[in-house]
Amino acid sequence: MALSVELGDEISVETNTRVRALEFLIQQKGLEGVVETVPSFRSLLVYYDPGRVGYETLCAALGALAEQASTAVLPPARLVELPCCYDPELGPDLEAAAQRLGMTPDELIRLHSSAEYLVYFVGFTPGLPYMAGVPERIQLPRLTTPRVKVPAGSVGLGGAQFCIYSVDSPGGYWLLGRTPVRLYDPESVEPTLLRAGDRVRMRPVDRAEYDAILARVEARVYRPVIA
Amino acid sequence: MIRVTDPGPQTTVQDLGRVGHLRSGIPPSGPVDVRAFVIANRLVGNPDNAAGLECTVLGPRFTVEQACAIAVTGAEAPVTVNDEPAAQWATLELARGASVRIGAARAGVRIYVAFSGGLDVPAALGSRATYLRGRLGGLEGRSLRRGDVLTRLSAPAPPLARRLAAAQIPALEKEPEIRVVLGPQADRFTAEGLAAFLSSPYQMLPQSDRMGARLSGPRITHSRGHDIVSDGIALGAIQVPGDGQPIVLLVDRQSTGGYTKVATVGSFDIGRIGQVKPGQPVRFRAVEVAEAHRLRRQWVQALAEAAGGAVAA
Repeated sequence: MALSVELGDEISVETNTRVRALEFLIQQKGLEGVVETVPSFRSLLVYYDPGRVGYETLCAALGALAEQASTAVLPPARLVELPCCYDPELGPDLEAAAQRLGMTPDELIRLHSSAEYLVYFVGFTPGLPYMAGVPERIQLPRLTTPRVKVPAGSVGLGGAQFCIYSVDSPGGYWLLGRTPVRLYDPESVEPTLLRAGDRVRMRPVDRAEYDAILARVEARVYRPVIA
Repeated sequence: MIRVTDPGPQTTVQDLGRVGHLRSGIPPSGPVDVRAFVIANRLVGNPDNAAGLECTVLGPRFTVEQACAIAVTGAEAPVTVNDEPAAQWATLELARGASVRIGAARAGVRIYVAFSGGLDVPAALGSRATYLRGRLGGLEGRSLRRGDVLTRLSAPAPPLARRLAAAQIPALEKEPEIRVVLGPQADRFTAEGLAAFLSSPYQMLPQSDRMGARLSGPRITHSRGHDIVSDGIALGAIQVPGDGQPIVLLVDRQSTGGYTKVATVGSFDIGRIGQVKPGQPVRFRAVEVAEAHRLRRQWVQALAEAAGGAVAA
């Protein structure tokens, strides 16, 4: 059984921070009967065992914790640096996106890679981060016709959202480049890399470095920089 | 060892699933019809969580290289052992070299096969359940292929041969009534849309899978748009995209999504909707939260008593 705690209506860093803070408080308190939690933009889905906690009791406990849920309670965020290659072969929409934004591809790359992004939550497919922090100057509406297949690692822009595809899947975001790092690796002991609340930066790499990192990723000897 | 001579269209290794990874986008997986799965395990003396097979529409053919016990439950399908008909919902003692064939489901969709000791595949994130889209768990994260060899964990003692009482075998109804709790976005639909949802039959579509059961019927009309800010998707959540057709999200569901959800199927009815064949109708009936809790307690109680087992933790 599950119940959804809604902390706002909109997509904002402030609301999402309260969602993550509520999840953190639930983990810290070890709230009786809670089985698992799923944060998203503005709400927290709480799976619970009704054999261990009553619906009314849980609602009251969550309501009380929601009052305390603010940035102050969260531990410091991790900073994850991901290499990103903006080669046109790996980022087929870079040129068109830059043209539409009235800037050069280099300017788009500079703006995209100098921003710091916040992982609102990870979901939809395994390890896929929904991220905030796209500079206003590079925000674009989504593609009118989504692609049937976007390769894993593709770095995509859509509106104020930024995502990195974690598995090959359909997608409607503008593809600017690709990271050789695997956000989801089912053969790893910890299959997913990013977590809600992480801060992410993209480090531009050329094709040669991309290929070198990819080879190390495939040999399972590459570790991304996490501070 | 179990040698798979014909896997059937989609046969996967499952246990009761992995908990705690939806927040990373990884669903629980596990059997769609938990009750049938657990009873199969109990009939061969296994703990409820032991790994077994979930087969879809058509069962596998396999041979066992050591004597063991199996039980076949779930959808109604012909079972033969060395070409002799054998019973479902019963302990089947297999001699070394026995060859088992499970045919096409006559009623229901998902057939379960438990093996004494349980199947031995490596656990991934604490579970042996297969998550096909994520290529995680089970046998190399995939469904079985011809020629696969599965091993069993050692069974503590040979199980007592048992047969489930006829009254305890779940009925596979022609038009099951599925109980739902309305919400979380029921207010995003018109009164006519909600009335259609709760009064008309909806047909199961063949595109349905372990991620979601897709249904077709009278349009469940939205009052103000079909998109929401993406949020978490509970087991049994019924998404209604712009076409007004319901999708019931199951064990391999996406963790979050951006379509309005009209209602949620009670966990006690997930197995029932999971046994509805393509083309077969279902009806939805709304119950209050308190009633859903009562129905769940009843379901847990019935399962505890079925095949004389204890309830899974």
